[in-house]
Amino acid sequence: MKSLLNLWVNGRPREDAVAENALLVDYLRDTLGLTGTKQGCDGGECGACTVLVDGEPRLACSTLAHSVAGRRVETVEGAGRDGMLSRLQRAFHEHLGAQCGFCTPGMIMAAEALLRRTPQPSRGEIRAALGGNLCRCTGYVKIIESVEAAARCEEVSA
Amino acid sequence: MNAPDRDLHRVGGALEAPRGVGVRMPLIDGVEKVNGSARYTADLPAQGALVGKILRSPYAHAELLEVDVRDALALPGVVGIVTGEHCDVRYGVIPIAQNEFPLARGRLRYVGEPVAAIAAIDEATANAALAAIRLKVRELPAYFEAADARKSDTVLLHDNKKGNLEREVHHEFGDSAAGFAAADLIREETFECAEIHHAMMEPNAALASWDAERGHLTLWSVTQVPYYVHTSLAQCMKLDPAYIRVIKPFVGGGFGHRVETLNFEIIVALLAREVRGTVRLLQTREEAFLTHRGRPQSHIRMKLGLTRDGRMTACEAEVVQRGGAYGGYGIVSILYAGALLNGLYDIPAVKYDGYRVYTNTPPCGAMRGHGTVNVRFAFESLLDTMAAELGLDAFAVRRRNLLSAPTETINGLKIMSYGLPECLDWVEQASGWRDRATRSGGDGPIKRGIGIACSHFVSGSAKPVHFTGQPHATIALRVDFDGAITILTGAADIGQGSSTVVTQVVAEVLGVEHRRLRVIAADSALTPKDNGSYSSRVTFMVGNAAADAARKLKALLVTAAAKRLQVPEAEVDWFGEAAAVVGDPTRQIPFHDIVEEALVDVGMLTVKGLFTCPVEFQGGKQRGGAVGSTMGFSYAAQAVEVSVDAELGKVTVEKVWSAIDCGFAINPMAVEGQVQGAIWMGMGQAMSEETVYENGRHKAASLLEYRVPTIVESPDIEVHIVESIDPNGPFGAKEASEGPLSGVMSAIAAAIEDAVGTRIRELPFTPDRVFDAIHRQPRAGASAPAAEQGAA
Repeated sequence: MKSLLNLWVNGRPREDAVAENALLVDYLRDTLGLTGTKQGCDGGECGACTVLVDGEPRLACSTLAHSVAGRRVETVEGAGRDGMLSRLQRAFHEHLGAQCGFCTPGMIMAAEALLRRTPQPSRGEIRAALGGNLCRCTGYVKIIESVEAAARCEEVSA
Repeated sequence: MNAPDRDLHRVGGALEAPRGVGVRMPLIDGVEKVNGSARYTADLPAQGALVGKILRSPYAHAELLEVDVRDALALPGVVGIVTGEHCDVRYGVIPIAQNEFPLARGRLRYVGEPVAAIAAIDEATANAALAAIRLKVRELPAYFEAADARKSDTVLLHDNKKGNLEREVHHEFGDSAAGFAAADLIREETFECAEIHHAMMEPNAALASWDAERGHLTLWSVTQVPYYVHTSLAQCMKLDPAYIRVIKPFVGGGFGHRVETLNFEIIVALLAREVRGTVRLLQTREEAFLTHRGRPQSHIRMKLGLTRDGRMTACEAEVVQRGGAYGGYGIVSILYAGALLNGLYDIPAVKYDGYRVYTNTPPCGAMRGHGTVNVRFAFESLLDTMAAELGLDAFAVRRRNLLSAPTETINGLKIMSYGLPECLDWVEQASGWRDRATRSGGDGPIKRGIGIACSHFVSGSAKPVHFTGQPHATIALRVDFDGAITILTGAADIGQGSSTVVTQVVAEVLGVEHRRLRVIAADSALTPKDNGSYSSRVTFMVGNAAADAARKLKALLVTAAAKRLQVPEAEVDWFGEAAAVVGDPTRQIPFHDIVEEALVDVGMLTVKGLFTCPVEFQGGKQRGGAVGSTMGFSYAAQAVEVSVDAELGKVTVEKVWSAIDCGFAINPMAVEGQVQGAIWMGMGQAMSEETVYENGRHKAASLLEYRVPTIVESPDIEVHIVESIDPNGPFGAKEASEGPLSGVMSAIAAAIEDAVGTRIRELPFTPDRVFDAIHRQPRAGASAPAAEQGAA
């Protein structure tokens, strides 16, 4: 059964007919075409689908789309501004925080939530905030360096 | 020497962004990865595509008598079903060992083997159809351990393979009996290594489109080897390869999972042809574990002879690999395990006996460090034990046995560059090895320790598994009226950065800006054939081909510049983005004028760069001697510091120092990233990773149960690059992403021993195993072989 879902996605209001059992990840990917949000596992194991809901990190694969009605959802596609990368996106790019790139959108969104909450995180705080996001390429070293580089950056991201 | 030309003239001097080799350049496809626009296979537009699903065997071993799809086919919304009836051609990555059907025919050999596949209008319908297919089988005895499969009274998995042995290897180089006779100390130990899996982050996915009017197939897939997939499709579908197009979109890692054609790639194509349309086959994480192709469980008996002062006299190794149900890369894996006992140290005699065994478990295959990793764990571990017995330092015993390049090993492998001594020096200094005694110990339960190990790996197999007589690598460059340089390469970038490396090489040779370059990769309709991203071949082979192509293009452009400037070619000063008359910078023309001149009469420029490994590099004359052969070995040394909670058996890796001889770092940042990833993946194998089967059923087929390290338990990994400038690598470069992995497990084992005084010879070093080792108690049931019995 479908019903109308109203919410904000990357700053824009949406109104879509969405199945009541639809997951947020499928709504974002299949209905809105926002395929930056990845699904890397069979539910809640890898963190690749991390998006922000009212600024807090959430696993879109384990969230019903209708449960975020009226709320503000942010995905990796909405992170930049004026066609330019956000400070975290730029740091992940320039410091090789992304290799294959599949975990990257989830990493960046989880790190975004961290930096909004804790602008100058310690390594321990970075590790804790990204503890639910798996990466199989980097050994995480350059991911931590990327988050640190973004935190050093003066520019405030979107 | 083969070092980059540092005197290359550059317009405007040093003010421009660095663009050539030796530069810490971000990935050229990195922006797409961070802003979410990179399209992986599951992200491709597929409006109107049918949903594909695979029915997998619930039986570990059975005769397949009937696959009844009538009820499933009758369900509304089910458009087509394919079974083993739809493909009677075997496939497999090794031409002489193809024994797998994309969909089972006559026999089921592991839980998870594809039996049938459905194309339906939506997922719910496809799932309902899966449940409606009925299998009629006669169960057979199943074997989940190599030792059980090798018993004399077993049912054979493959009728032509007695004792369920896929391949036996018996090699002896040098005189091992004389070597052991000359030794002052001989020790022998056994080592057990659990089976592990790649767990690349992107699950498997494929999209196939059948053009029924033309009889053309297009496949998009997650592959590391688009060319092999292409040939397998042609073979299994009995289709002229000219009617097939294979495209590799962005790929979320591979690590060897995707270095052979995988069953689902053929299955989705069969489905698309069956329904005369487009089918998208997205798979679960569990299905990736069942498709597997990981590093086999290995039982290793290692024997080594040393003189009193630590000189190696002989090595004898026996390796049994539990290969799973089908051949895959198995023959190569068991050969690698023996061949790469050589090439790291100077050993005068090596005897090797290898056994690759068929079992009723998902097929193993190639995984980062293919074939060498577990053997290196055993060798380095035993070397440490014996050095300690002789009172020798771990660095000293390794330095006592160094090679000297150029040289050739006793099994016919050529070593052209060898930076291991410098790797050892840096690791010893950076890790504070000499001061280690002052920081270990303490009275509490937490003990600290440090250990080291060395390792190596090939820069591409010098003899490809598909021998065609064609070059090992081909690359094309195209320049047309717009002055853009298009790099056309079949090399599959799976996140390791091959497109970036190729771009840097072309930019270095031509001296042009990156913005002028674009890469089109891995689309069989556009790009030259490439053997694929495996055995760390791409930087070495495709890098060389790219340099060759760029030099040819530069020659054409210099000729055109000379013509436009009306001077002989020798009087052209090449600046990359411009050219001028030597000694007269005012007579300068921009790149567009040069291209305009070059196109006169001939139109678009297309040049081709090639690379071929000469036959003298293709290994020894012995059967299987090509495996392990390469033009350049990478070398690595690492030190690992751990803390061990002796009361809990919990090991924490605190810090890793890794030095890599990659010949020359075309992109030092990418080299660091590859080394850190390799070290960390080795750490995962050492600490926690392990597939678990219960009566053949995978018990850890998720990322929660199959434990890869999280960021919380991952250490800082300091990387040092040693540049030995290989005489044959592009600008001296060799591989950087597999070699460092193999030393990690034994370095951690040595560090644990340093901390708590006990050497662990079974992987992984889980807390219960470490606890038992400290307290010398076997852990109940953990290592007991599964009972021989029929399928569940």
